[in-house]
Amino acid sequence: MKTTEELHQILSEEFGEDIIELKAEEVVAPWIVVKGDQIQKITKFLRDEPGLRFDSLMCLSGVHYPKENTLGVVYHLFSTTEKHKLTLKVIMPEDDAHLPTVEQVWKTADWHEREAFDMFGIRFDGHPDHRRILCPDDWEGYPLRKDYQVQEFYCGMKVKY
Amino acid sequence: MTNVKEKGPEVTFTEPVESGNGMKTQEMVINMGPQHPSTHGVLRMELTLDGEIVTRAVPHIGYLHRCFEKHSEAMNDYTKVIPYVDRMDYVAAMNNELGYAIAMERLMGIEVNERVEYVRVIMAELQRIASHLLAVGTFGLDIGAFTPFLYCFIEREKILDIFEKASGARLLYNYIWIGGLMNDVPADFKTDTAAFVKSFRPKIKELNDLLSNNKIFVDRTANIGVLPAQVAVNYGVSGPSLRGSGFKWDLRKDDPYSIYDRFEFDVIVGNGEMGTLGDCWDRYIVRVWEMEESLKIIEQALDQMPEEGDVQESIPKKIRPPAGEIYCRTETPRGELGYYIISDKSTTPYRVKVRAPSFVNLSVLPAISVGAMVADMVAIIGSIDIVLGEVDR
Repeated sequence: MKTTEELHQILSEEFGEDIIELKAEEVVAPWIVVKGDQIQKITKFLRDEPGLRFDSLMCLSGVHYPKENTLGVVYHLFSTTEKHKLTLKVIMPEDDAHLPTVEQVWKTADWHEREAFDMFGIRFDGHPDHRRILCPDDWEGYPLRKDYQVQEFYCGMKVKY
Repeated sequence: MTNVKEKGPEVTFTEPVESGNGMKTQEMVINMGPQHPSTHGVLRMELTLDGEIVTRAVPHIGYLHRCFEKHSEAMNDYTKVIPYVDRMDYVAAMNNELGYAIAMERLMGIEVNERVEYVRVIMAELQRIASHLLAVGTFGLDIGAFTPFLYCFIEREKILDIFEKASGARLLYNYIWIGGLMNDVPADFKTDTAAFVKSFRPKIKELNDLLSNNKIFVDRTANIGVLPAQVAVNYGVSGPSLRGSGFKWDLRKDDPYSIYDRFEFDVIVGNGEMGTLGDCWDRYIVRVWEMEESLKIIEQALDQMPEEGDVQESIPKKIRPPAGEIYCRTETPRGELGYYIISDKSTTPYRVKVRAPSFVNLSVLPAISVGAMVADMVAIIGSIDIVLGEVDR
């Protein structure tokens, strides 16, 4: 069982300081911010390295930060053998939000990533079935963005009631 | 840059194949649902069939999408989220409330008193039994066994009566609040619950005689929809569906919350008794025996529960959590329910993301249904035990 600080140490040694940043001052649990284009390598390393073995992705969520004009993807990882948890974050600009998929690392990411695309418009490069999941395929806009305005008509029907 | 599809995938048919007698065969695509009695709601399965054998299954969800997460951000109060939480997994509302309350209490650092903890555990376990009764009852109904369904509903009704006495509602309770309970349990709560536990125990044996060991039922469910444990973990499957694959994993034991570390109970896993490990029958039988374990927890909790204690003692006057975020998960009847809550130090939640167990469990369906018959699809969907309100949120 390793703490986030120890895991940050291991990741910094493996991938270098510049792509990984520890945020420790937060109230409940610290998290690690990583560069988006490295996410596949980092998650694969976390899953396969003996002593880490993050074999399950508990949750993958999108977050919108309109003040900074950024979107974030949050990965909550857990290891069923080592019993430690880790929170990874990727922050990217709002107008060009895309990062590699982790579907090949954990299959559960498939639907979670589709949901993040559906709700926030974050694109996951290399995703095998990249389309909306909860909203209809021809829906306009990304509902969970803070500045979302619902479309007036959908297929000739008035949306706002 | 990824090529994003604006429409669903085009359906392509394979070339017709000569079958030898001058006729040709070809793959066929059919829609199962959204209006289909065995999909437990509005789920559409796009099945590609070779004769009667499924070669590809694509679930289409979202028909019940109510944008729970957007609504939560529009409420200017954390407590107003609780009734919405009820409506996600509407057959296990107590467990949803418990998960949300625990997440918020951890975020705000609230401690609740002993009586609240015990009442919560008893309610959560009663709800687990009610939910499992519905799951095994409707599973039998899907397969064609009508009678056990009625027997299950008789028992479920008794649990709903207990809930009704305590909270006033039979399905969507709004009973567990952040920092306490809506109101204390009625005076005869203990005797009612003890009477239910006593009367329900022999019914599990009855259910086994009626359904679990029924030859037709076993033939329809054993060796169908086999889910190996490693695949299940990779797909994030949790709850009885994961334990049916023989993977010993229960958050009540492995990542304890509330006061579950005080109780003696076993984690039930499937063992491939009737066929292959991880088949539909294993997933089903895990639910049956879990009801027995829940009875054990309720009995111990009734014994230890303190008589005195104000259940509203630690409810905060104004809910304004410190800026920060939390991911908190609890074990519901369907598996791991996680709440990812971000607070920006105001009275409105900045973000409430729900990791719904049904949503994640359903995503494994395409992987385990290839090679099954159309009739087996009914058994597979029933054995995963999804609630569409939670899948679509």
